[in-house]
Amino acid sequence: MNSRNSLAKRKKVIAAATVIIVLIYLVQLFHLQILSPQYREYADSNAFLRRSLYPARGAIYDRRGTLLVYNQPTYDVMMVVREMDQFDTLDFCHTLNIDRERFRQLDADMRDRHKNPGYSSYTPQLFLSQLNVREYGLLQEKLYKFPGIYIQSRTERQYNYPGMGLILGYVAEVDKNKMAADPYYVRGDYVGKSGIELSHEEDLRGEKGVEILLRDAHGRLQGRYEEGRHDKAPVSGKDLTLSIDMVLQAYGEQLMRNKVGSIVMIEPKTGEILCMVSAPTYDPALLTGRAFGANYRLLESNPYKPLINRAIAGTYPPGSTFKPAQGLIFLQEGIITPDSRYPCFGGYPPLGGHPACHAHASPLAIQYALTTSCNSFFCYGLNGMLSNRSKYPSTGAAFDVWKDHMVKMGFGYPLGVDLPSEKRGFIPNSKFYSNVFKTDRWNAHNIISIAIGQGEILATPLQIANLAALIANRGYYFTPHVVKEIKGSALEKTFTIRHESGINREYLELTVNGMADAVTFGTCRGINLAPFLDVCGKTGTAENPHGDDHSLFMGFAPKDDPQVAIAVVVEGGRFGATNAVPIARLMMQQFFRGEIPENDQWLETSVINREILPYVYTRNLPVRKNEPNKGEQTQ
Amino acid sequence: MIYQGSKEWVETGKIDRVTTGFYLLFVVLGWLNIYAASFDLEHVTGLFDLSGRAGMQLIWIGSSLLLAFALIKIDVRFYETYAFLFYMAGIALLVITLLVAKEINGSRSWLIIGPVRLQPAEFMKFVIALALAKVFNSYGFRLMDRTNLVLVSSIILLPVFLVIAQSETGTALVYLSLILVLYREGLPGGFLFMGIAAIIYFVLGIKFSDRQIGIISEGEFMAVLLIILFTAFLIRSYLKKKEPFVITLLLAAAIFMAAYIVSLWVEIDWGAIALVALSATALYLLFLFFRFRRKSFLYILLFLVTSFLFLESVEYVFYDVLQPHQQMRIKVTLGMEQDLSGAGYHVGQSKIAIGSGGVTGKGFLNGTQTKLKYVPEQDTDFIFCTIGEEHGFVGSATILILFVVFILRLLHLAERQTTLFGRVYGYAVTSIFLFHLVINIGMVIGIMPVIGIPLPFFSYGGSSLWGFTILLFILLRIDKSRNRI
Repeated sequence: MNSRNSLAKRKKVIAAATVIIVLIYLVQLFHLQILSPQYREYADSNAFLRRSLYPARGAIYDRRGTLLVYNQPTYDVMMVVREMDQFDTLDFCHTLNIDRERFRQLDADMRDRHKNPGYSSYTPQLFLSQLNVREYGLLQEKLYKFPGIYIQSRTERQYNYPGMGLILGYVAEVDKNKMAADPYYVRGDYVGKSGIELSHEEDLRGEKGVEILLRDAHGRLQGRYEEGRHDKAPVSGKDLTLSIDMVLQAYGEQLMRNKVGSIVMIEPKTGEILCMVSAPTYDPALLTGRAFGANYRLLESNPYKPLINRAIAGTYPPGSTFKPAQGLIFLQEGIITPDSRYPCFGGYPPLGGHPACHAHASPLAIQYALTTSCNSFFCYGLNGMLSNRSKYPSTGAAFDVWKDHMVKMGFGYPLGVDLPSEKRGFIPNSKFYSNVFKTDRWNAHNIISIAIGQGEILATPLQIANLAALIANRGYYFTPHVVKEIKGSALEKTFTIRHESGINREYLELTVNGMADAVTFGTCRGINLAPFLDVCGKTGTAENPHGDDHSLFMGFAPKDDPQVAIAVVVEGGRFGATNAVPIARLMMQQFFRGEIPENDQWLETSVINREILPYVYTRNLPVRKNEPNKGEQTQ
Repeated sequence: MIYQGSKEWVETGKIDRVTTGFYLLFVVLGWLNIYAASFDLEHVTGLFDLSGRAGMQLIWIGSSLLLAFALIKIDVRFYETYAFLFYMAGIALLVITLLVAKEINGSRSWLIIGPVRLQPAEFMKFVIALALAKVFNSYGFRLMDRTNLVLVSSIILLPVFLVIAQSETGTALVYLSLILVLYREGLPGGFLFMGIAAIIYFVLGIKFSDRQIGIISEGEFMAVLLIILFTAFLIRSYLKKKEPFVITLLLAAAIFMAAYIVSLWVEIDWGAIALVALSATALYLLFLFFRFRRKSFLYILLFLVTSFLFLESVEYVFYDVLQPHQQMRIKVTLGMEQDLSGAGYHVGQSKIAIGSGGVTGKGFLNGTQTKLKYVPEQDTDFIFCTIGEEHGFVGSATILILFVVFILRLLHLAERQTTLFGRVYGYAVTSIFLFHLVINIGMVIGIMPVIGIPLPFFSYGGSSLWGFTILLFILLRIDKSRNRI
């Protein structure tokens, strides 16, 4: 044990350590302040200016390699107030083509510390943004006359085609939340806000570089810091190739003119989305340049909500397009056999003819039930499944088995498409109904409308198209996606793994036959393209409590070795056969032939000219002045 | 006088003039430099203008002086009597803060009561110091008893965890600096040695973590060699015999030689060889233990094993436990990253500001780096920049020397106390001021990582000035009555 004395010595240890540390610090101070020549150079009041070097945002191509989106330079006017002596304001205004009032306004905005917290009269401040090349040229010529004015260049998105604004999305200045969440962004950066620009932001944006410059106490640039040794070159964003076929997409948008709804086409073998039309849509060029704010407000206040991508965020009762999925579950669970027949007398007999049905032969088996879209058959099936006590302990348990099958077929949860704000649709579980009925003792007849895709069931057009792809593939699907290729990096794994539905192939073949018959002599004869093409399809008419029924179609072609699966939804388009089927027919023609044959051209004209705009409740809506106008730069 | 106890003795002592003088000098210099640091060319405010930082600091100084006066007037036994009560109140306050505080600048340490904003963690410093002093002063206290050691560690560690939960890592480290008190009061030097060894392993493990030597990284390789070396020296210092020391080193050397010879024919994994050498050292220690039957060998073996485990966990702790900004600060200090936007930018700007001061500086209010707001936190944590820039080497060296004299004076005060209570408290105060000085100035001149703790009396801020005032003047009060019987 140490004696008291030896402990007292520790005072000296501590004192010595203190003195040694302070001596080291003094040496470092001496080194910094007296010996270091580089700091002596900065001693003439030099300091760093870190200037971000913005990378070019990745370009976007369609599946054929057509350039859709690229960049074009745009210029910001920067002002250093302290350097503006002998400034000819009148000439400046004239050059920029603004009046004195506007100049005063911009000047006040720039100096206002609420709007511009980083304001300093010594450093460059943003005065006016987004000059186009012509305006830039005019200013550049006279720049020597305007001390304190600098031009900073940036790039802006340019679009080759006026369509698919909802898929591409737009870029805009980064907001506070994003800046707080990701330190990569600083005020004034541009960031993808919707569509692919948002979902693939990290691929597209590249990586900012930095240039470290020196400047004096008044902010004047003095050159590079250590000859640019610490500079970092920007890394350009990655180019994207979409799975979208621009021709098909544009044609779909043309067909959906003056209608509300969507068309989704998927390549079943890969899950690549060939077209994803959501109507109404907008020209992506509207949301660029200085007209952004005005146009955005117009689009946002449009009652038909053109900023919502209905293909993934619109949810509809799938109606009869849901029947193949139902039939598959009943077959797989052994509730029915391919030969089970149920009677139908213009309606579901046990409930006194509700839901109603239409005229067809009776009794009928599953394949023919799909062909004729018999409601009663699927009501029997659902009742048979939910009340089967030998297989399931309770109605709830049976229902949850049913729900799990639905989920496996891609319903009830977002599919995981590479676009933001995908909705999940809705597939209830047994708990949901127990809550609704406030008891566990409900039965199939309480919820019979879900047998025919009505009631609580909701699905997005993408989910319906995905069901078509699943049936086309005879039992599996790939997560649908719009980006086919990211230059220099692999596609995410989720898009290349098969999702199995767990349904036997024989049942799928049966369903395919039913859907093929529906086209040849059933409900969707309107899309019969034989002998050129064997199409399989299923119509749907979804009840709409707010107005006319929605018109739906789901299908794929050709029957063997399917190339394409399709879903069409026309809001308020009444029977499936009325609007959805003709649109699907034209899309198939366009896809397989690349043109519309002569005998279908009357149909094309007719479809394009149809105007089906459902009534929308428009209280307190801002007055619509006129169509959105394009910004000055996108002449 | 709050406490009217019996007055059996006559107070002959005086308040220590030297320390008080330092205190007054520091707060006035701090005030002037805060004025310079927050001086805004666009909006000039006067030294006494209450809308400016300097004016506010004047209020804090005034209130601190009143506080100091009050602290001197209170009976000295008050502090010792209520030390535990203070401690419990302080812990309660920290917990409340943790629960109610909103996030300000990434930490949840501010308690806002009407117009007053307080940082309870600042006041916790003197509270912990008093509690420690009181524990040491209890009858028959021996630090190295297990229960006492646990008690003392928990007194320090409880607030440390609470403050870390508030994201005030810097302040938590300040509390940990109280280990110096334990050292003075009999904690074996081995513990401090372990601490220093841990820092060395950490630095090696991180700084040289990107290149591999066989199955371990370059840093781990160096650290493993160091562990063997440390072990050898420990054996020597505990055994006072040369032979085992030499054998340990020779054993390791022999293994490496053998490996070298083998490597002439076959590819050798040098990382694995280092681990083999380490294991051999461990086995040798075990052998020594069975031969001499002395517990010290087991302790040394424990040191070896702990060192190795610590080394292996360094990378995990660094990359998975520390937050990215903390990793970055450490990497910048170790010279691994030139992060000119975050931590490195701050330190770079701060070094330029100081370096640009030259011998005599640019003069009061003429500093450009700080005026153009290049230096972050220039009137709080980075206040020393302003001194360096405007008053040059002469000014900054003077302040540094004044501070070290001040701390040596505190050490002297601590050592001259007649009671254990006084001495422990004195050492606590000294440790805290020393730690603040070493970390804050080390950070500003680029030697230490960026840890946001203020420079006592200079950095702007009411809570910290009050906290330091209380800390110091309780010591002066205790010192005043040191000669009582």
